[in-house]
Amino acid sequence: MLRQTPLHAVHRAAGAKMVDFGGWDMPVHYGSQIEEHHAVRRDAGMFDVSHMLPVDLHGAEARAFLRYALANDVDKLTVSGKALYSCMLRPDGGVIDDLIVYFLRDDWFRIVVNAATAEKDLAWLQSLAAKRAPALTLTPRRDLAMIAVQGPRARERVWQALPGSRAASEALKPFMAVEFGEYFIARTGYTGEDGFEVMLPATRAAEFWNALAAAGARPCGLGARDTLRLEAGMNLYGQDMTETENPLESGLAWTVDLKSPRDFVGKAALTAPAKRQLVGLLLLDKGGVLRGHQKIRTAAGEGEMTSGTFSPTLSQSIGLARVPIGVNPGDLVEVEIRDKLLAARVVKPPFARNGKSLVT
Amino acid sequence: MNVPGELKYTDSHEWIRTEPDGTLTIGITDHAQEALGDLVFIELPAVGRKLAAREASAVVESVKAASDVYAPVAGEVVAANNEVVETPEKVNADAYANWFYRLKPGNSADVGKLLDAVAYTKLISEA
Repeated sequence: MLRQTPLHAVHRAAGAKMVDFGGWDMPVHYGSQIEEHHAVRRDAGMFDVSHMLPVDLHGAEARAFLRYALANDVDKLTVSGKALYSCMLRPDGGVIDDLIVYFLRDDWFRIVVNAATAEKDLAWLQSLAAKRAPALTLTPRRDLAMIAVQGPRARERVWQALPGSRAASEALKPFMAVEFGEYFIARTGYTGEDGFEVMLPATRAAEFWNALAAAGARPCGLGARDTLRLEAGMNLYGQDMTETENPLESGLAWTVDLKSPRDFVGKAALTAPAKRQLVGLLLLDKGGVLRGHQKIRTAAGEGEMTSGTFSPTLSQSIGLARVPIGVNPGDLVEVEIRDKLLAARVVKPPFARNGKSLVT
Repeated sequence: MNVPGELKYTDSHEWIRTEPDGTLTIGITDHAQEALGDLVFIELPAVGRKLAAREASAVVESVKAASDVYAPVAGEVVAANNEVVETPEKVNADAYANWFYRLKPGNSADVGKLLDAVAYTKLISEA
């Protein structure tokens, strides 16, 4: 039996095509994935991301605990509402999950983790807390729904749909969040566009969704979410990073704090130089579409696609690939697609953001 | 779901129309295009290629997946519709107007073994 978000009936009624996504029955599109993609790059779209799990950490030990549990350093969070992207690592450096952590108060942090990994993450954090921070409480927030409203006009749509929210959220800088009554409004996202991710009581989700639709936010499925995040050069957990690679091999060195003397889980495993790296590929030849698991031939050795798709913004196939160190932006490589070897160029992601192509 | 009564079908979601000259025009069904989503790449067999029944003859890729298109019966490819190669999204707009290729069947009686519209409608409604 697939799990359902509080908006499940709304998606069904809208005629969404539903798919099994990590055990959840989720909308993949509501008609045309490409049109939904363009709506986000050009105007405003909204995504039900209630399958993701917010977890609240309460207690005086919250900050010290997260400084040990996460690869990025939550000491960068000094202002209430500030958010940080981080990986959570195994002792051997493998990525357990990637997440966003919000600092609310000295005794309250909130993390948002991926749907398919939520139970694993909770179990890991609880076992870690039992040893390091026994007084800390971890509260999974399945009572909350989460709606991502993304695009150049996304914030206006939210303000229109939620009276009074403008005054509370207009001054928010990117990667900042604010509480607005029962709503938690964050200027974050997974599309490479401006916008908000809004957490709210599950009981209010349908009402807010319908108000957003009335304000002109187009319902978008996970299909468009994937093409948008790939154009924006953002990794997807389970494809572009897994427990078998460390963040340095997954294009995430920028999220790992190795400078401070702070110890954290997985740090000791990150001292060896990486042998592989994650790069962007732009398919030059016609003859197919880049997809995960395709083999790549480079001058420095073999590699493999981790994600690939057709980019609606570039009208060209793009992807992320794990290749040996020594492959550089601008290099030409070959990708095995069915019975052919097609030429692709190595590029530094992102491919597109804020409505514009960033590669030529 | 649109399943024209005058066409024949396969359980792998191709449609087949018999032309006055006895050749077969082949495409993918409305159900197939909807299941695949927005099409972004189509590869067709070369004219002159001989195909066995159920042989992978063409490729369709949408934003989310790649899929083979199979020859409904044995025969030789006599025409390919480059319009769908240039603009795959036309197949999403009208799957029956935008054909893939034409086949000269090895044995024209083979067409009689394909599904009719009633049987195909039943197949996709059960899926």
